[in-house]
Amino acid sequence: MRIGFLIICALNFCVYGIAYAQPLNSNELINQAGRYDGKVITYAGEVVGDVMVRGNYAWINVKDSSNAIGIWVDKTKVQDIIYTGSYKSQGDWIEVSGVFHRACSEHGADLDIHGEVVKKIVPGRPISEEADREKRKIAVTLLGGLCLALILQFFKKPSKKKSSR
Amino acid sequence: MILRPTLEDIKLIGYYLGKIIIALGLTMIVPLVFALTRSEINPTLDFLIATEISLIIGLLLLKVCRTEKDLNWMQGMIVVSLSWVVATLLGAIPLYLSGHWQSYLDSCFDAMSGFATTGLVLVQDLDHLALSHNLWRHMIMFIGGQGIVIVALSFFVKGFSGAFKMYVGEARDERILPNVIHTSRFIWLVSFVYLILGTVALGVVGIILGMRPFNAFFHGVCVFMAAFDTGGFAPQSQNILYYHSLAFEIVTIMIMIFGAINFKLHYCLWTGKRKEVFKNIETRTLFITVLITFFITALGLAQVNIYPRAVALFRKGFYQLISGHSGTGFQTIYAAQFNQDWSHLAIVGVICAMALGGAVCSTTGAIKMLRIGIIFKAMIEDVKRIILPERAIVVQKFHHIKEIFLEDKQARSALLITLAYLVLYGIGACIGMFFGYSFLDSLFESTSAAANVGLSCGVTSPSMPVALKYTYIIQMWAGRLEFMSIFTLIGFLIAAIKGK
Repeated sequence: MRIGFLIICALNFCVYGIAYAQPLNSNELINQAGRYDGKVITYAGEVVGDVMVRGNYAWINVKDSSNAIGIWVDKTKVQDIIYTGSYKSQGDWIEVSGVFHRACSEHGADLDIHGEVVKKIVPGRPISEEADREKRKIAVTLLGGLCLALILQFFKKPSKKKSSR
Repeated sequence: MILRPTLEDIKLIGYYLGKIIIALGLTMIVPLVFALTRSEINPTLDFLIATEISLIIGLLLLKVCRTEKDLNWMQGMIVVSLSWVVATLLGAIPLYLSGHWQSYLDSCFDAMSGFATTGLVLVQDLDHLALSHNLWRHMIMFIGGQGIVIVALSFFVKGFSGAFKMYVGEARDERILPNVIHTSRFIWLVSFVYLILGTVALGVVGIILGMRPFNAFFHGVCVFMAAFDTGGFAPQSQNILYYHSLAFEIVTIMIMIFGAINFKLHYCLWTGKRKEVFKNIETRTLFITVLITFFITALGLAQVNIYPRAVALFRKGFYQLISGHSGTGFQTIYAAQFNQDWSHLAIVGVICAMALGGAVCSTTGAIKMLRIGIIFKAMIEDVKRIILPERAIVVQKFHHIKEIFLEDKQARSALLITLAYLVLYGIGACIGMFFGYSFLDSLFESTSAAANVGLSCGVTSPSMPVALKYTYIIQMWAGRLEFMSIFTLIGFLIAAIKGK
């Protein structure tokens, strides 16, 4: 009986240990915030927007396929972040391990992660942009149409007939 | 007997609609130039295409429907209701072309949400959206908040009589200055002055928070437009949670409250009549309703003890509440957290706040404070009539810029509009429930859409049923225009089919 209980406990530890070591997705963290509150978790995603340095720490917002979550981390740990996600660039993809807070008491009840280990997995890159040919064709064609519509305004005088209802 | 609309009616409507479309097309030049300066190639083409389409349609309507006549009431109302539909269809073009919306319907949803200053979104991967598209999303709110027709009134419409009819059709029956065109220009003046001040304030806070200066001011201008026009869009997918800052939240609260105030009251403030703020029925009602709804929300949050500290209660409980009450829709929590972390009572508090709204002649939607105040005064008057002797003459007054005697007509009108809003909230909730959402979720989202708020508990998403998307679009439209011009449009269509 006692041995059985110990085996179940050990199994539970293994299962949860593996689950928390694997990166969790943002949906799971937000929807089951109570379950992970105060636990050390791993989360991975793309850094988006600004790296906001505040004193010795910094805020970064890390987005996986669904949501972005704020990470509060020592500023020395974000020095490797070069690219952040925007229209012009694909942000660095990082993996963060740290304590997850459902309503952080230090940060006005924000749902956040206090990052302890930050690891860059995939470096970001600038996004090069080329003009879409179809769009260019449509724009030129419409420009012709617009010129025609403008010419029409000048060529025909308005009717001066007075109609009554 | 219903009279079928004449060709002259249609020409007049088309002519004024053409002017409004041209005005809208010209506003798209701003993001177009911005895209050029930021070397955003495809967004430049998106805005070029949308501008060209708008100008072509507008010019053709002016040509085909040219007339010298002025609008009557029916035509004015129809121009207004149609102009919001057309603005949505045209304003959605650059959004759709960006590729960040799943379908054209989704981009129309966001365009209507923007013009109606709602703030519900279906955009995907917002964090990688071009800055020019993001600017346009927020400009849509700025234009819609002031009123699409006001854009045209300010620059393109000469006849005062027709102008007033369109102004009223856009749910603004109060003239700040004797002339409606001067009123429109005053509204723009107020908005631009606050735009500069608000952008500087938010930009400076952004820099202090560690944002890059350009980003800080870009976010500043966007967030100001969304806050002052009680819209609720934000440049990043996390909305206001992105900034992780109490200071930023306080500045946005101040701007939201400014946006929820009657433009007449702004005029009083500008002309030095500061006492009006404390005497006005709308500010008093707003103060009381904020207190009551916050009490309900705080009580609900205390049940689950999620925000035990005062700062947390302020930043999460009060912020969502004031955001809902002012009709803005900024969020500092994730949509799912309403369901996960908040008690039902707390959600009900926010729903009540959303349903009430801000001041008339402001940028907010919903029932509005003047009507709530009038209904309350009318109730007091009726109670007095019962209590006092029959021979006693009961007179009820309220202060709104000046002392006004409460008449039955005002109370009836306030009650009718309130009833119409309640029905609109209810219909949306029923449709939501039909699609399998819970009662509270359906009511929350429906109220948010119809009251032009934009807070979401997670129902609004690209994967929601198409019929629900149409429902919310109609709710946002009807809620923003306060029904009358839409009823007129329906009447016009019936007359066109059944009339003789």
